[in-house]
Amino acid sequence: MTAVLDKPEAPAAAPVRRRRKRPTAGAVIVYTAAIALAVVWLLPLLWALSTSLKTETEASLGQDIHWIPRDWSLEGYRTLFERGDHLVWMVNSTVVSSIVTVLTLTLCVLAAYGFSRFDFPGKKIVFAVIIAGLMVPGEALIVPLFDIVNALNLSNTYWGLALPQTVPPVMVFILKRFFDAVPRDYEEAAKIDGAGHLRVLWSVILPLSGPILAAVGIFTFIGSWNNFLWPLLVATDPSMMTLPVGLGVVTGGYGLLYAQNMAAAILGALPLLIVFLVFQKQIVKGVAGVGLK
Amino acid sequence: MTVHTEAPAAAPAAAERPPRVPAPRRRSWTGLWFVLPFFAAYALFLIWPTFLGLYYSFTDKSLTGRTPSWIGLDNWAEALGDERAWNALGNTAVFTLYSTPPLVVLSIVFALMVNRARRAGWFLRLAIFAPYVIPVSVVTIIWTWIYQPDGGILNHYLEVLGVQSPDAPTIWLQDEHRAMWAVVITTVWWTIGFNFLLYLAALQTIPQDVYEASAIDGANWWRQLWSITLPLLKRTTALVIVLQLIASLRIFDQMYLMTSGGPNRATEVAIHYIYIAGFEGYRIGYASALSYVLFVLIMIVSIVQFRLFSRKEA
Repeated sequence: MTAVLDKPEAPAAAPVRRRRKRPTAGAVIVYTAAIALAVVWLLPLLWALSTSLKTETEASLGQDIHWIPRDWSLEGYRTLFERGDHLVWMVNSTVVSSIVTVLTLTLCVLAAYGFSRFDFPGKKIVFAVIIAGLMVPGEALIVPLFDIVNALNLSNTYWGLALPQTVPPVMVFILKRFFDAVPRDYEEAAKIDGAGHLRVLWSVILPLSGPILAAVGIFTFIGSWNNFLWPLLVATDPSMMTLPVGLGVVTGGYGLLYAQNMAAAILGALPLLIVFLVFQKQIVKGVAGVGLK
Repeated sequence: MTVHTEAPAAAPAAAERPPRVPAPRRRSWTGLWFVLPFFAAYALFLIWPTFLGLYYSFTDKSLTGRTPSWIGLDNWAEALGDERAWNALGNTAVFTLYSTPPLVVLSIVFALMVNRARRAGWFLRLAIFAPYVIPVSVVTIIWTWIYQPDGGILNHYLEVLGVQSPDAPTIWLQDEHRAMWAVVITTVWWTIGFNFLLYLAALQTIPQDVYEASAIDGANWWRQLWSITLPLLKRTTALVIVLQLIASLRIFDQMYLMTSGGPNRATEVAIHYIYIAGFEGYRIGYASALSYVLFVLIMIVSIVQFRLFSRKEA
């Protein structure tokens, strides 16, 4: 799958360049250096993987450093599953990130559509208030936000973990900008056929917005999955912790069980690495879009 | 967070639209119903805490639940004279100073290399960006182990290379002067993928004929780098630096997990001290005042960013 992804980037320029310059010494050096660099960059993850496949004895400090386990073992993974908490955190993270993603998409799509297609009293003010929100750093609000969530009796609940993460003004902007660029002709036709506003949004606008919805959804999901500070505050009960918090607060405290720790790290990294592999194209494009506009 | 820069483009476009497309919209309340669900949640979880925090900063509100009373500017006065708060802010600045240059320079180098080595592009992108999607605690579990003074893999290879002797292993996270560097190295490894992709995308928008024309004029690779590539990357660099400043002011996770702010508070950063004051010291009022100081700093950087990038687009 991934090999195909390179095509769109430089369809015209690359062949021209390649014909002009045959593989020169320079190119060989660049390729070697780039691949060496990439391998170095992967080393920490490979080392964690290697350690997670050793026995606890072989992995412990004081043993000589070797990359290929002499005594291949899934001991680390097995004890991890026997403890069970890792699985609980994984479920919690999945639930919370899914709630955040679905709610964010719903709320932001509706709001963006409202701003893009309607004129209503107070629109400018409401919009300005949301613009101002772009500059408010969430981290500086944790203290009062914690107090609010506490007052609502939502600590150690999925809603308490998820709800405060569902109001990113940025996403409203991105979607509004996209909707603004969608031609209105289709909607006019649908309206003449008697479709209501929600119907138009659902069956005319959204089908045209696939890529942008995917991008917003993926970034929201990753952001929420990797959020650390907020879940750290709200989920104090180990059974309600998300994966990053559980791994950081509980597993990080195991100390000397390195094979098990690295197994936890690998399993902790896996879900999003898979998401990244599957959605590599959208993610790369999404990040690139930040700088290109 | 990262997409602020796109926002300004929307406003002028939307403003110009009505004259061209005969406005089918009448002023009615309908649109408000679409905006309302988001705005209600936004009001509860963003606007309200913003004002609540300001109010708390003038009270002695506590996490223990005793009735708060109005104490005027006491929290603010205390914050200004609080050495630990200044130390935390100083550490935040030090982190910014240490981490920004490598995150800019290395990501340019990486992007230049990957841009040349296009046929291996997908693998290189994967390797360099992959750490960015990994949860912070996975990153810190792995790196804390890499940094183990005795038996950690980093010191092992330093010994193999002859940089250090096995009898005197380098102390990384437990050393007052080296801990911040250790956290910075980890952070660079973890987050550089984002900047790298920004630069790579920018590089790929530079038309090849610019290079070809300058090659005909006899410019070599080095010359092209300095007089074509880097000047054209200026805007991306400005963006990367501003995003980096904002991210650095909000730094917390890595320090909390790797060093707990130590040793001797050498890596205690702003958010960490707010966390300590509010959630370990139970002083919501005081922590709110501290938060507001940070709030204002981030706001200033954000406004600079907003102006910098909306002007270029206009």
